[in-house]
Amino acid sequence: MGEHVDGNSLAGPLSELFAVDLTMASARCLGCGDVSELARAMVYPDPTGYVVRCSRCDDVLMVVVQEPDSVCIELRGMAWLKVPR
Amino acid sequence: MSTLSERETRDAAPHRIGLWHAGVVVSTKTESPTGRSIVLDVPGWGGNIAGQHADLRLTAADGYQAVRSYSIASVSNGDRVELAVDRLPTGEVSPYLVDELRPGDQLELRGPLGGWFVWTPSLPDAVQLIGGGSGIVPLMAMIRSHTASGSDAPFRLLYSVRSPDDAFFRSELDTPTPGLDVTWLYTRVAPEGWGRPPGRITVDDLAGSAFAASLSPAVFVCGPTGFVESVATALVALGHDPHKVKTERFGGA
Repeated sequence: MGEHVDGNSLAGPLSELFAVDLTMASARCLGCGDVSELARAMVYPDPTGYVVRCSRCDDVLMVVVQEPDSVCIELRGMAWLKVPR
Repeated sequence: MSTLSERETRDAAPHRIGLWHAGVVVSTKTESPTGRSIVLDVPGWGGNIAGQHADLRLTAADGYQAVRSYSIASVSNGDRVELAVDRLPTGEVSPYLVDELRPGDQLELRGPLGGWFVWTPSLPDAVQLIGGGSGIVPLMAMIRSHTASGSDAPFRLLYSVRSPDDAFFRSELDTPTPGLDVTWLYTRVAPEGWGRPPGRITVDDLAGSAFAASLSPAVFVCGPTGFVESVATALVALGHDPHKVKTERFGGA
């Protein structure tokens, strides 16, 4: 696969699941404590989905796995996600 | 009051916010030997702001689908959308969009997408745009929005391309525009007599041509991943506040 991109690219895929634009939400990284918008995260696409990493410490923030009949979102790398309204 | 049984819940229609719209190609225009802009009419689109992108979905005769993201070069309140696409040699979708797509053809679009890498005329800060290759596309939308709105915010663009022929939107950018200053950077071939030898963008280019960090400009950087990351690193070294530097990576190029 190609080089990594960034969290801006998640806007479309996440719009299938959430009514708000999560790329504008801020996440706190459990690894280093950095708080950044999801748009700033590093995104590594692969054939089954996306691995999203902290732009500061490279720890995994989130993994999105797309399956034929479901989408699994693993969020163990985030302490919280703050969504603007 | 009744509650849904598990069975009824499972049979409910799938919940889908991200809607796909059918778009029709209105026109195409060659921008460079490898790229072109594509104007689409997308009923139900409803407009977009500068910097947003769209996901495009192509479906082959056998049902195989491919989805790719493309930045939007236009700003509007309506259903017209202009994309500009560069052909990636190993791409699955871009060669079709650049070489084969014709007016009247249909494409599916989802969007407008992304509320972070955007500029709106209400923002008063000076704006520094830095684009590499087809990374110009969302920055062009910002320039057009700036011009259309009569915004007083000073704009500067640094546009890095391989050679003069590779520039997208050349004639529009060469037309003098009040409040916009354009600096061209050539990485492989420069016009004859050009003062700067061809080469990748450097800290010196940024120090010499971009708004200084002391002015606290809003900075938007878009292009291939390597370009964006070297520019962002150089900007921070020059004292720019990382929070005022917004980046969008296209991946390999």
